[in-house]
Formats: sequence, structure tokens, C-alpha cells
Amino acid sequence: MRVLVCIKRVPAPGARINVTEDGLAVDTTNLGFTTSPHEECALEAGLQLVEEHGGSATALTLGPPEAEEQLRYAASLGVTDAALIPTDGTDWDPQRTARAIGHVIAELEAVGGEFDVILFGNESADSGGFQVGVRVARALGRPMITGAKGLTMDGTTARVQREIDGTQEVYELRLPAIIGVKEGINLPRYPTMKGRLASRKLGVQIHEAVGEPGGQRMVQLVSPPEQESRLVVLGAGPAAADKVVDLLAERGLL
Amino acid sequence: MILVLVEHDRGVLAPASFEALTFARAFDCEVHAITLGAPADELAPYLGAYGATAVHQAHHDLLVDYGPDASADALVSLVATLKPGALMATGTDRGNEVLAHVAARLDAPFVANVTGENLDASADRWELTRIRWGGSLHERATITADVRLLTVALHAVEPTPAPAPAVATPMPFTPTIDPSAAITIVRDRVKREVGQTLATASVVVGGGRGVGSAEGFEPLEALARELGGVVGCSRAVTNNGWRNHTDQVGQTGTRIGADVYLACGISGAIQHWVGASGAKCIIAINTDAAANMVTKADYAVIGDLHEIVPAITAAIRSRRGV
Ligand SMILES: Cc1cc2nc3c(=O)[nH]c(=O)nc-3n(C[C@H](O)[C@H](O)[C@H](O)COP(=O)(O)OP(=O)(O)OC[C@H]3O[C@@H](n4cnc5c(N)ncnc54)[C@H](O)[C@@H]3O)c2cc1C
Repeated sequence: MRVLVCIKRVPAPGARINVTEDGLAVDTTNLGFTTSPHEECALEAGLQLVEEHGGSATALTLGPPEAEEQLRYAASLGVTDAALIPTDGTDWDPQRTARAIGHVIAELEAVGGEFDVILFGNESADSGGFQVGVRVARALGRPMITGAKGLTMDGTTARVQREIDGTQEVYELRLPAIIGVKEGINLPRYPTMKGRLASRKLGVQIHEAVGEPGGQRMVQLVSPPEQESRLVVLGAGPAAADKVVDLLAERGLL
Repeated sequence: MILVLVEHDRGVLAPASFEALTFARAFDCEVHAITLGAPADELAPYLGAYGATAVHQAHHDLLVDYGPDASADALVSLVATLKPGALMATGTDRGNEVLAHVAARLDAPFVANVTGENLDASADRWELTRIRWGGSLHERATITADVRLLTVALHAVEPTPAPAPAVATPMPFTPTIDPSAAITIVRDRVKREVGQTLATASVVVGGGRGVGSAEGFEPLEALARELGGVVGCSRAVTNNGWRNHTDQVGQTGTRIGADVYLACGISGAIQHWVGASGAKCIIAINTDAAANMVTKADYAVIGDLHEIVPAITAAIRSRRGV
């Protein structure tokens, strides 16, 4: 089974998200970067498929050249091939992103054969456009379902389970298929020492970004207004428990 | 004219549809609704109350149950005949999914999760505000297209009935749906028994890394039971395998709307906060008085949760005389 996982490098902000002075990016001074959480789970799902059915997993990312870090992280988990579509680091609109990724997938398949399964995160943690995977699926003419919280495979079919508002749905998709994965589908593994060493040797293939911009443009990022502090400190230690219970009682919760 | 996709489940309306209809009225033009599947026909009167002057009712065997491909095909076929200025949907899992499929079919831009703030539709190129990072960051964005595709972020618009309710004229039609294009087929649908869920519970007792272990949650469970609430947690907890992801509060977990959220040993990272901030009252319990969860909370107790949480449970019991 050939599996491709499309991942995104995102900053990992702590208490707040600061915006650069020109308002065009998140200020990442002093911030680390990570793989968007849904895609961490997509990676895990892809690796589990390979463990169960054989084959290999490839990771692909579109982003600044530094996104190589996320590809190497994927390799430390077990991915054996990696493709980077470098951008200038600016924010790409979803149509352009999908066009570039679709183009590179076609290139990868021309050389290595079709991917049976292509996994995306349900939505990226930062821009949250909810559409790149769906657009790629349409361009490649493959079935696509998002929100996957369960995934099993039998020969020619993928069974995807998801839950929306308390209703559990099961979809069957003919392979090759594309699936958008949500955090919670599994518990992602951590890299092993052996994996870390292997990841250093990973050859990252660089692919040129091909794709016209689409009809959505980012104008500016704006931090929502910070709320005024309203904190009342009830006290310290177990002695304050009574005051907590007073509050609960006032709200009719006892 | 603006077309609004009304979300429903076999005829049961998703309340977010009213938010989308309210949002659509801000554009000062005629609003039509579209419902997919015959079970939704009876919704027409409710849609008129929110300003829809017509409701296009798509009838097709493939629309009895929700499926993204059949839904998108139906929308594309109506858009081709009506040529609306915009097609809008709810910013729910389904709303975002269907519009992504429509956008892919039309190769048109789709702006997900728009808020009601600062809309400028005076020119061909609309300027809007949308949310990023689950709502922790806003983005001003433009969209240039014949049919603008947008979803309305959940809870970003207060649903309000139209000042002058309309009579939504039912307009049944049979969309063209390519049966082979309906390549994602639902095999099974089960409505699960829903008791108290994290999203709807009136009390949530949340635990973070400070809880220390899976077993460390037992006192939080006891407190939640005492209050008829449920236990929630941070991503540090799920990543450690201490609790299931269904308990996770935050951007990639659940947004809570509790009357009271007790956040124990949680630092209050922005991705957690975005799921917690819907609670009406937040009480933080933390050893660190400077933690973000503490400074943003309504109330705080400074100290070790392992001592404080059992003390609260004991105090409740003694007040109840047990
Ligand atoms: C894209 C993205 C999405 C994310 N989505 C989510 C999400 O949905 N939900 C989420 O929760 N996180 C999410 N995160 C992770 C988030 O950034 C934080 O890493 C996480 O919330 C931290 O969890 P925590 O507060 O339990 O742990 P920490 O940040 O380690 O905080 C532990 C806290 O416990 C306190 N403490 C320690 N011991 C005690 C004690 N004995 N008594 C009382 N207090 C004590 C400490 O003072 C500290 O404040 C996301 C991150 C990214 C990058």
C-alpha cells in the first residue's frame, strides 16, 4: 500500500498570538513550530496502515523551506520518503495551495505509482480553510471524506467512521481515495532514537510550486480585543474550598 | 440574491442555520433558502420567519441522507440556474465540507468561517472578516468571484428573526446528481444515545498536565459526579494517553458552554482557552498565580489541585449533610 500524508508546519503559540507590525503574519519570534495536530494524527493513521498492509508512507508539505523540519519529524516516526514544495513563506490561498499540491502528487505518482490513500488533516490549525484536501481530491478525480475518526481498509475499499452532532456515520470509499483526518482518531506515537537517526538521512525531494493564485486574499491579521481582567482570587490552598462551594451554591449547582 | 443552505438532519433543523440566514440579511438583498431532501420540506415556515422569501427544495433519492457529493451536486445545479451573488452555509463540519465540495466543482474561492464584523460588499470584491486558529485570531480577507462561497462561523452572529417575516415560497426542484459522482456512500448512520456531553454539560471539571496521571483524575471525577457534571481535559492530557480525546477541551477538541468550568492544573494556552471561554464562569485552580488560565479566569484558587479538589468535594458533602 502506498500512502501519502500531506502535513503543514504551523507556529505553536502559548498564551496569545501576536501579529507582526505589518499585520500580514503571526509574529513567530520566540515561537517553536509544529505539525498541525490533525495532521499529526494523519501521519499516525498512515503509518498504521503501512504496518498493517505493508508498503510505504510518504510525507508532503507546502511551506517555507524550514518546513523540512516537519518532514524530518515525520521521518523520525517512520515515513520513508518526503516531498517539499517550498514557498516564499507568505500565506497562500487555498486554491493556489491545492493546485500546487495536486500538481506535485501527479508528479510523484508518475514516478512511483498511484497512492492508494492520501491523508490530509481535517483543517489546518492556523488558517483553517477546510478545503485543500477536497480540492485536491476533485482535481485527481478521487473520492474524499473529511472528519475521519476511524479508518479501516480492506483491499479495494476504505471504511471511514466519523461523528457529527452525535450521529455516527460510516462511509465506504473506493481506493484510491483521499481522507481528511481529525485529532482523536488515534494517539500519535513519539519518535524513537532509531527513528531520529534515520530521519537525518532522509532525502527530501524539492518540487517547484506550480499554481495560479485563487480568488481569496488575505488583507490583514487582527488580534481580537483582549478581555479586561475580571479575576477574583478566592484564596490559597484547601482553605479556599468553602468559597468555591459558595459560588457553586449561588449558581444553583448544589 | 443570496442563497443560504439550510442544514438539517432528516428534517431536524440545525440551529446554526438561523445564524446563517441572519448573516445573509446584512447584505441588503433578497435571501433565498435551499433545503436538501424531502424530509426538510416542512421547514419552510421557519425559514420565512428569518427572512427567506423562497425556499428551493431539492428532491432526489440521493438526498434522503446527507452525503457531501450529492449535496454539492445539488447545490451546483441550483447555482447554475439561479446565479446567486453568494452561496452561504453554516460554519459546521457539514457546512464547511459541502461548500468545499461546491468550491472544488466550480473551481471558485471559498471563504470559511466568516464573522458578522465589518462586511464590505459595496464593490465586486467583497471584504470580510474570518476566523483563524479556531477564533483566536481574525483575518480580513477579500473574495473575488461570480458566486461567493462562504460559511458563517458558529456563534459569530446572534440569530434574530426578520423584522418583517416573509412567506418562504416553496420551490421544489429535482437537481442533476451524477450517481457515479456520489462516490462517497454512507453505509451506516446511528444516532448515538446522548446523555451529558462535554459540549452541553452545565459543569465541567477540567484537568491538565498538573493532574499528573490517569489515576490522578479520580478526585476530579468525584467532584464532577457530585455536581452532576463531566470531566474535561487539556491536550497535554490526551497526548499523554491519560484520557480519551473525547474529553479534550479546545481548538482541536470540544468547545464547552458550561455554567461553571473548574480548570485544574491547566496553563490556559490559547488553543485551550478558545474551547473554554464559552463557559459562563471560570474558576482556575493552579499553583502558578501568573498562569494564563488564572489571569483570564473569573475566580482562582492558588495551590495544589491534589489538595484543593478533594477539599471542595468534601465541603459540598458536608454542606449537604452527607
Ligand atoms: C495547533 C494547536 C492546537 C492545540 N489544540 C489544543 C486543544 O484543543 N486543547 C488544549 O488543551 N490544548 C491544545 N493545544 C496545546 C496547547 O498549546 C498546550 O500545550 C496545552 O493546552 C497545555 O496543556 P496543560 O495546560 O495541561 O499543560 P501545561 O501547559 O504544562 O500546564 C500545566 C499547568 O498545571 C499547573 N500545575 C502543575 N502542577 C499543579 C498542581 N499540583 N496543582 C495545580 N496546578 C498545577 C502548572 O502551573 C501549569 O499552569 C494545541 C496546540 C497547538 C499548537
